[in-house]
Amino acid sequence: MNARRSASGGSTASTTYREALRDGLREALRTDDRVFLMGEDVGRYGGCFGVSLGLLEEFGPDRIRDTPLSESAFVGAGIGAALGGLRPVVEIMTVNFSLLALDQILNNAATLLHMSGGQLSVPIVIRMTTGAGRQLAAQHSHSLEGWYAHIPGIRVLTPATMDDARHMLAAALDDPDPVVMFEHGSLYNEEGVLDGTVDSVDLDSAAVRRLGTDVSVITYGGSLPKALAAAETLAADGIGAEVVDLRSLRPLDDATVLASVARTHRAVIVDEAWRSGSISAEVAARIAERSFYELDAPVQRVCSQEVPIPYARQLEEAALPQPASIVAAVRQAVA
Amino acid sequence: MSTTTRRSTGATGTQRSVAPRKTPAPPTGGRGPGHEHELELLRQMLLIRRFEERCVELYSAAKIRGFVHLYIGEEAVAVGVGQALRGDDAVVSTYREHGHALARGVSAGAVMAEMFGKATGCSRGRGGSMHLFDAGRRFYGGNAIVAGGLPLAAGLALADRMRGTERVTCCFFGDGAYAEGEFHETANLAALWQLPLLLVCENNLYAMGTSLAREHAQTNLAMRAASYGMPAWTVDGMDVLAVEATARKAADSVRSGGGPHFLEARTYRFRAHSMYDPDRYREKDEIARWKARDPLAGLEERMRAEGGLDDLANKRLEEDVSAEIDAAVRAAEAAPYEPVADLLRFVTSPSGGAS
Repeated sequence: MNARRSASGGSTASTTYREALRDGLREALRTDDRVFLMGEDVGRYGGCFGVSLGLLEEFGPDRIRDTPLSESAFVGAGIGAALGGLRPVVEIMTVNFSLLALDQILNNAATLLHMSGGQLSVPIVIRMTTGAGRQLAAQHSHSLEGWYAHIPGIRVLTPATMDDARHMLAAALDDPDPVVMFEHGSLYNEEGVLDGTVDSVDLDSAAVRRLGTDVSVITYGGSLPKALAAAETLAADGIGAEVVDLRSLRPLDDATVLASVARTHRAVIVDEAWRSGSISAEVAARIAERSFYELDAPVQRVCSQEVPIPYARQLEEAALPQPASIVAAVRQAVA
Repeated sequence: MSTTTRRSTGATGTQRSVAPRKTPAPPTGGRGPGHEHELELLRQMLLIRRFEERCVELYSAAKIRGFVHLYIGEEAVAVGVGQALRGDDAVVSTYREHGHALARGVSAGAVMAEMFGKATGCSRGRGGSMHLFDAGRRFYGGNAIVAGGLPLAAGLALADRMRGTERVTCCFFGDGAYAEGEFHETANLAALWQLPLLLVCENNLYAMGTSLAREHAQTNLAMRAASYGMPAWTVDGMDVLAVEATARKAADSVRSGGGPHFLEARTYRFRAHSMYDPDRYREKDEIARWKARDPLAGLEERMRAEGGLDDLANKRLEEDVSAEIDAAVRAAEAAPYEPVADLLRFVTSPSGGAS
């Protein structure tokens, strides 16, 4: 696995994804005075999803910095502050809003190191919510992390477990280059147990979250719980699904994915983004390029329907990958 | 200023395509009995002028490629503002930045080599004309997304303020950038947080081919900047001494905790927007009127009248500058290209690991 054990050992602790993120932020703010958090409503409001609740009281308004509603300016200011020697963590409410800052992320954060011939690194961490499932309709629900994964020069992370929510930030802040972290909105209230023996995570590897011999289900972020639920259903029918959590969409850990496919000889990719041009297409292409002769069946993909995510519950549910559709795709792969 | 009517000419009438009246420069005393300071200003402006004239020749000879945006005519702004900045201040610039880089002390050799795409260039051949960088001089580009440098500059200023320094960040941008949301977002943010930021708007009256009056409903740029709650001044950008005096006043105020300041420098580019631009949108008369206000000629004339410059000194200046540019071109010609094997360097930091 991709976790280092703490020397002290430790116990397990119950938490939520939201609290784990907050504890990660708190630790970063306590251990490095260059770290500060800024974004819309991160301070007095406590973060639009409550992630930073209480941090203003502990660290003050200079380091828990409410910004005007100007994504381009405050993301760009984060990039400038990183150039100026600080370690900003910038929160954007949702991935849809991040498009207002895409110029800064792509044209500045991702390119300055290269354009300057290696003189300027940009150690910024940009966090944002992604994904659907909360009936927030077509301007708050999309999964555009695959777009970001297209861009050389940034690292794209998708924490999906309690331990990753708790520890990815520290590793991201250690990276001298820009990191974009996608927190799936449906995960904030997820409860789980922190592995008390883990005190850091690496950012370069995918993780096998469940072992299985018959098919590799490759997914990330908010689709991980759905994939694990599907694997449970399949196990009852005697189908062993191995579940691979990509964790990082850029760089992609080909080795873990391909090793899994080499064991199971079948691959189903689950991605909440639209199928066309998605990260699922990239993973499928890499399997085809490098593991074609390992495959006993065509690669299957379970993605969102190609529609702006609708409001009504039954429509939204039908638009997204669900455990049942994952189960159906696996059955087709192993048939 | 007249501020109430839409498309008001205001007291200063920036949207009229005529040169502003010459404003008398403040006295320059206190810098020695001679004209050493003025001579240095003249030398810097001449270096920019001759450097870019050489760029035109080299572009025609296909030694330099890509987009090249010339600063000729606007030299007094970079040089005048540069006098107000300290070595540890930061400068954020645009794609028309040869002059800003040279005025900041980036060597002509490093800039020329960059334009040749050589390994010795100030961005190791990755940037070209539009992306000059020098981290040691805190020169942060070289930004070719219009207004894209403004938020960066606010962030640099924020870092300086949070770290308790007395440094100033100076951001150059144009009248075109002023129409972008990023200018207005940044102005608001900088004023709200009282950041040590000097916003220098080089108003050369054209956003590429679109004149000021065709891009701004209200052409009084300083008045609009003032509405964000910051001091905002206008200066004759063709008079290097006036630019220097005003920039010093602004930078000193920023440095002493006065929050962001906005400085509009009225200027004009004598050449087209870029090497590709046939310049169909400007009247020849207008160009001629502005050329009559050439900032180099203006300073030279004044120095001669005051006995601070004669033919001999002027000749020596020209020769020195010419020799510097010759050396820069020779060095750029001789320098190695960055090896193609290094293509993927500088995408991520060596200690990073993403790709």
